[in-house]
Amino acid sequence: MRRVLSVFAALASLAATPALAAEGGPLPEHHWSFQGLFGTFDRPAAVRGLQVYTDVCAGCHSLSLVAYRNLADLGLSEDAIKALAATATVADGPNDQGEMFDRPGRPADHFVKPFPNDQAARAANNGALPPDLSLIVKARVGGPDYLYGLMTGYEEPPADFKLFSGMNYNKVFPGHQIAMPQPLSDGAVTYADGTEATLDQMAQDVTTFLAWTSEPELEARKRMGVKVILFLLVLSGLLYAWKRKVWAEVH
Amino acid sequence: MAAPAFSNPIVRWIDHRLPIFSFMHHEMHEYPTPKNLNYFWNFGSLAGFMLITMIVTGIVLAMHYTPHASLAFQSVERIMRDVNYGWLVRYLHMNGASFFFIVTYIHIFRGLYYGSYKTPRELLWMLGVVILLLMMATAFMGYVLPWGQMSFWGATVITNFFTAIPIVGDAITTWLWGGYSVDNATLNRFFSLHYLLPFVILAVVGVHVMALHRHGSNNPLGIDMKGPQDSISFHPYYTVKDYFGIAVFLLFYAGFVFFAPNFFGEPDNYIAANPLSTPPHIVPEWYFLPFYAILRAVPDLWIIDAKLAGVIAMFGSIILLFFLPWLDHSPVRSARFRPAYRFFFWVLVLACLVLGWVGANSPDASFHGVPFLWIGRIATSYYFLHFLVILPILGYVEKPKPLPLSISEPVLKRTAYGAKTMEKA
Ligand code: HEC
Ligand code: HEM
Repeated sequence: MRRVLSVFAALASLAATPALAAEGGPLPEHHWSFQGLFGTFDRPAAVRGLQVYTDVCAGCHSLSLVAYRNLADLGLSEDAIKALAATATVADGPNDQGEMFDRPGRPADHFVKPFPNDQAARAANNGALPPDLSLIVKARVGGPDYLYGLMTGYEEPPADFKLFSGMNYNKVFPGHQIAMPQPLSDGAVTYADGTEATLDQMAQDVTTFLAWTSEPELEARKRMGVKVILFLLVLSGLLYAWKRKVWAEVH
Repeated sequence: MAAPAFSNPIVRWIDHRLPIFSFMHHEMHEYPTPKNLNYFWNFGSLAGFMLITMIVTGIVLAMHYTPHASLAFQSVERIMRDVNYGWLVRYLHMNGASFFFIVTYIHIFRGLYYGSYKTPRELLWMLGVVILLLMMATAFMGYVLPWGQMSFWGATVITNFFTAIPIVGDAITTWLWGGYSVDNATLNRFFSLHYLLPFVILAVVGVHVMALHRHGSNNPLGIDMKGPQDSISFHPYYTVKDYFGIAVFLLFYAGFVFFAPNFFGEPDNYIAANPLSTPPHIVPEWYFLPFYAILRAVPDLWIIDAKLAGVIAMFGSIILLFFLPWLDHSPVRSARFRPAYRFFFWVLVLACLVLGWVGANSPDASFHGVPFLWIGRIATSYYFLHFLVILPILGYVEKPKPLPLSISEPVLKRTAYGAKTMEKA
């Protein structure tokens, strides 16, 4: 029945999409290190972002497409990766007694989920489901600007705004009612590298980190892209010269 | 077909028994081609290039992809993250679909402008329309495979249109789904068909090229080749021109693959499919937007309800193209010599662009106070009016400009002029 209803909802949304009603507010414009033709991830920012994720977000959000070993891309040493993985408890098995057992995480494991299943996650969050964050920057209109805006967009609701109980006002979230309580505020983490943990700093750092988890291939892609375009420019020029030469006798 | 004397004895041995080398030589080497083709004639070979690119990248994707409702999304992410250069293969395939359509649409409008659908090329044109329909089916099913939110809800919405068919609609839809909603069974059959159809396209392209080679290419003047002075051999003239065209095309294609790979995509498709949560906007891929606009433009018509009428109009807008060679019965092919047709051609291009824009917007949103619904209705009306009314009338009333006597006549003139300016320089 619920499926049938959602099919109807889909059809209705075809006929009548509330184009603006559901949109959030304007997004802050921000320059990100990974934008542009030659953009790369700001490594120190991404590593600080990892800390924000593990210290704060990981309490509610999974990051299941990322393995601990992938963090080598951000410059973490093998030992640091082993140590981080070992802080997680992974359910494994069955062993040769046929029993499941817990063991410390290994670099090859994916980030362990905070809740065993969606129902448990909802039960712990007032019925709302914290989405997996692995792809979050690619999965939202506005990408990094949206995520940064979301982190810094918590405000007192306007006087005439009807906020439902257990909800929070966020100026960029579509509809402005979000079930996630403000996750970051000044000093929420103590950075290992001594950087001052202001809200703005943490929001930028966690955005850089999650931009990396969304597009870990970005740097390799752009690097290859520059070479491919240069090659094609030369190739086009040569082929054009060849074409002119062959056609000279026709014109 | 005088068999060329091949110097390689193995080639000679084979060719004597299986004349495949003679065939290639005849069709791709000496094949006489009008000497005056412009760069719009590059788009056919570009479409062929894209078809091969899609098949090659698709086969590699299929080696790593898992067509199961609970694994498909993750398997695509594994391709992106864990397969060597998997991101490259996937982005080539994903953006390849868009570029395949860009190239094909330009190829089609080239045909419309220069009257390439007219006798004796009617079947060639109709085979092209078959290819377009097959491409649309292939791309639609391909988009479902990554099993993201847009995949799932796009498939749900589109397949639901079959319920518009009177009496048997529901039964047909259930049969298409293999169940009572879009689900694993649907994903499996879509994968199977998505793998199959490109090869069917390849076969139809083969027949398309056979029909092309019967009478040769049309040309910007739209007049027949009158003798050897009007034509040049396909190789090396057009082979080198096609190579150059492919290199320039690759620059654009690579620009998107490497620097904006998700430009044509929807962020929602990076959220795994969830049958319980409907995204606020369900939009098809950009290349379907004009058809989507037609679908939504049609109101209730007499006893036909809007949904059915919309589906009929949408399919009708393509089926119509099969009859184009007879709807436009002017004996002059090229728009260069048909001033009235040329005007209406550009109105049609505009109407199609407007339809695409309307398709991307909600019908009850409005543009400067004009509801998109009405913009869509006007553009849809023009689309049908163009083919069903304007073209048949133009055939009678339009006075074409005088045609050149032969292809080489204007070409010769230009050479003479070119020679003169060269002398001066
Ligand atoms: C107390 C649990 C909790 C913590 C801690 C938390 N979140 Fe959330 N988050 C949620 C819930 C619940 C939702 C679902 C909100 C909704 O749908 O209304 C959510 C939603 C989100 C969304 C999706 C918003 C959208 O557009 O749909 C993002 C992005 C997000 N969180 C990022 C973060 C980041 C980054 C952190 C760490 C700095 C974090 N969250 C910490 C509970 C949490
Ligand atoms: C006419 C040629 C083709 C067209 C127009 C086409 C179109 C598409 C499209 C639009 C997608 C979704 C892209 C995405 O968002 O990921 C897709 C995915 C896919 N296609 Fe094709 N395709 C073609 C040929 C093929 C062939 C020949 C194969 C296999 C033999 C293939 C295998 C796949 C697979 C496995 C996927 C899912 C993986 C993915 O989403 O990246 N395709 N296709």
